[in-house]
Amino acid sequence: MTQIDTHTETSPAVVETPPGLLRRIIRQRQAKIGLVLTGIVVVVAVFGPMLLPWFTGYTSTEFVGRPFQADGLFGTDNLGRDILSRFLDGGLTLLVFAALATGLGMLLGTGAGMLAAYQGGWLDSVIMRGNDVLLALPQLVFALLAITVLGPQGWVVVLVIGITHAPRIARVTRSAASAVITEDFIRASEMYAVPRWKILVRDVLPNITGPLMVELGLRMTYSIAAIASLSFLGLGMQPPTADWGLMINENRIALTLQPWGVILPVLAIAILTVGSNLITDAVARASATVEESK
Amino acid sequence: MSTVIDQQTEVALQANELRVATTLGTEILHGVSFTLKRGRMLALVGESGSGKTTAGLACLGYFRTGLQHVGGSVELTDGTDLLELSDTGRRGLRGGSISYVPQDPALSLNPAMRIGTQIMEVLRVHGYGASEVDRRDRLAEVLTDVGLPNDAAYQRRWPHELSGGQQQRVGIAMAFAFRPAVMVMDEPTTGLDVTTQALVLQTIHQLVTKHAVAGLYITHDLAVVSEVADEVAVMLAGRIVEQGPSDQVLHDPQHAYTRKLLAAVPDLAGRHRIGEVAAVTGAMPIVGAEPTKSARRAVPEVAARTSLLSVADLRLSYGTTAVLNGLDFDLARGESLMLLGESGSGKTTAARCIAGLNDNYTGSVSLAGQTLQPGTRQRSAEERHRIQYVFQSPLSSLNPRRTIGESVEVPLHMSGTFSRKQRRALVLEALDQVQLAASFIDRRPGQLSGGERQRAAIARALVNAPSVLVCDEVTSALDVSVQASIIDLLRTLQVETGMAMVFVTHNIALARHISQRLAVLHAGRIVDMGPTDEVLENPQHSYTRELLTHVPTL
Repeated sequence: MTQIDTHTETSPAVVETPPGLLRRIIRQRQAKIGLVLTGIVVVVAVFGPMLLPWFTGYTSTEFVGRPFQADGLFGTDNLGRDILSRFLDGGLTLLVFAALATGLGMLLGTGAGMLAAYQGGWLDSVIMRGNDVLLALPQLVFALLAITVLGPQGWVVVLVIGITHAPRIARVTRSAASAVITEDFIRASEMYAVPRWKILVRDVLPNITGPLMVELGLRMTYSIAAIASLSFLGLGMQPPTADWGLMINENRIALTLQPWGVILPVLAIAILTVGSNLITDAVARASATVEESK
Repeated sequence: MSTVIDQQTEVALQANELRVATTLGTEILHGVSFTLKRGRMLALVGESGSGKTTAGLACLGYFRTGLQHVGGSVELTDGTDLLELSDTGRRGLRGGSISYVPQDPALSLNPAMRIGTQIMEVLRVHGYGASEVDRRDRLAEVLTDVGLPNDAAYQRRWPHELSGGQQQRVGIAMAFAFRPAVMVMDEPTTGLDVTTQALVLQTIHQLVTKHAVAGLYITHDLAVVSEVADEVAVMLAGRIVEQGPSDQVLHDPQHAYTRKLLAAVPDLAGRHRIGEVAAVTGAMPIVGAEPTKSARRAVPEVAARTSLLSVADLRLSYGTTAVLNGLDFDLARGESLMLLGESGSGKTTAARCIAGLNDNYTGSVSLAGQTLQPGTRQRSAEERHRIQYVFQSPLSSLNPRRTIGESVEVPLHMSGTFSRKQRRALVLEALDQVQLAASFIDRRPGQLSGGERQRAAIARALVNAPSVLVCDEVTSALDVSVQASIIDLLRTLQVETGMAMVFVTHNIALARHISQRLAVLHAGRIVDMGPTDEVLENPQHSYTRELLTHVPTL
């Protein structure tokens, strides 16, 4: 028989706070790389338009010289417009539109998904089957259809991309939320007759931020790609606006003669996509460890 | 049978100064030693976080992810150190000469595999016998050993076609199939009802003695220990603080922790008052006086009965399955009623109907003569305040993203009559009532222990000064010493505030510690009801009598 007194060494009750989601994301190397890559493109897109004259000596993105001239850093395009100017000017609209479309999609998707998960029954069926119908249409085809009918305006692009994102976000939200909804703290809130919208906003939403952040990053990438594609197809921005997607389309005909007109915007979109994907992956990993440590 | 008397005391496994640490360097086990002998059962007793499962798994040479072996050895009969072996070597032993029975049989059996095939798999992997026929014979034999039918039809059943007790016996059969020298059992009866638990314990005991297996039984339940174990080792914070023959440890404990643990175990007879001391855990060391055995009754008497809550002909069914078959009972002011039942008896459903969380019932629930609407949203704010409900799992009943203060405040918020300052004052008062310091108001559930979370959940129920508190299995997720302190808290609150209480539980041993009246629920009916003493001493229904005979006691 052994008898040891263990109570001589007493540790004070330490209250530990596990590091928050944000700190766990930043700690990962790929998140840092992603942030730097995305940061570069965002800085170029946001500050580019202001730096136009200083960088290029031109104040306009319109006709300034002869076609395929070699002056400036990257020369001019087939219509004699300075490529660097157009590149610096053409990113902001893309980013703003992508952000707006993603925001709209998130708003619609999380709302519909949480409602479906919480209410269940016929509402759940109606929302989710409606989702399935939307999912059956390819995003780009749906966008083409809507733009053909409503005309190629900025708000139409944002609206259409946002709406096509919503069903995908709703599905993710619903599955994440239905796990939270079985928890007793939801029962407790119901017991105190807390209004349903408050239960969704205060009890459900904060507990599904992990998967939603992942979805946000993913949808952002898709929005950028979708808007750039629409511009490329001539259904997003209209000439003579400077826009990365449009630039690729306009300059591809002279690819061998003046490659920079295509390379610059392609490079920017590629870096942006890779960067935001890296961040999304880091968020996914960080939120997964949150779930484990719960 | 291979029972040889000489083997009875042969050492089958010896753990020496076992040290295990996390990969980050925090030591979990600080040198644990014990000996497993053939035909004997050693119980490793401890509360959650004491390292008992870690020590048990080390006997299989297994360390969970994030843990590593830093010192000590596990020696087998032939002198080999298990922990020196390669992964392949260890794997060869597991399931063969050393086997493991996990806690939850429902999770450990493959739901897509017939039970016969699952047991056969163990025999095939380790190459039992010379032919498939040998293995088939062994399969039939081992099923009989654990007290299950062994016919072909039974062997072809799926895990979901078995009850919890049968599933656990299949788990034991799998562990026992290859005639292991050592069996490590990790809380194999924790999820089972008392009647089933009694049968499984009997099976385990027979296997160990009859077939000279060395058993290690990991548990938190001291009453179970007295039923199965020959020897007991008590663990606290990664150390064995007391070890010896079970009679001696359970009846003449030497270490202060063992005494505290024993004092916290509720006894059916209600001889002593549990939980007069604060909870004892590794983080909260023993300080101050030991409990004195007080002669006063565990539960105060109720002077005169005036009905407060009454339930009449409560019925509920899901489809054609009737869950509640007409419950009738009433609860007097200041009285505590225990609703006792095994899993599936409808006790939680009944409690939820009373609280209005389940509004599918027929029949009536009335409070002070007023019939209540079925759902909480239909009830008035006043009615909602007067009946409060505490959930079983404190892990699930508090929103992890909100502070304790924010969660406790919700009922006050909904009544809408208090200012921010008043609410804070009331929350602090409620926290004080449940003996939580004011600093808890800004913490989140993740920073609290299980017992503290349950106290916070009780504070949320108390903040509106209810007249009826419905407690649904509030202690079943907690350690025994924490359970004792929660029971003590509820008893004190009942006396101080004069509220009535419906205490739902499966643990009959708590009856004399918390309730004046006892209602026994079986298959959606109340089969026995009356003052606690009367029901326990003179049970009217055969079901109650059966329950009473199966309660493990110290």
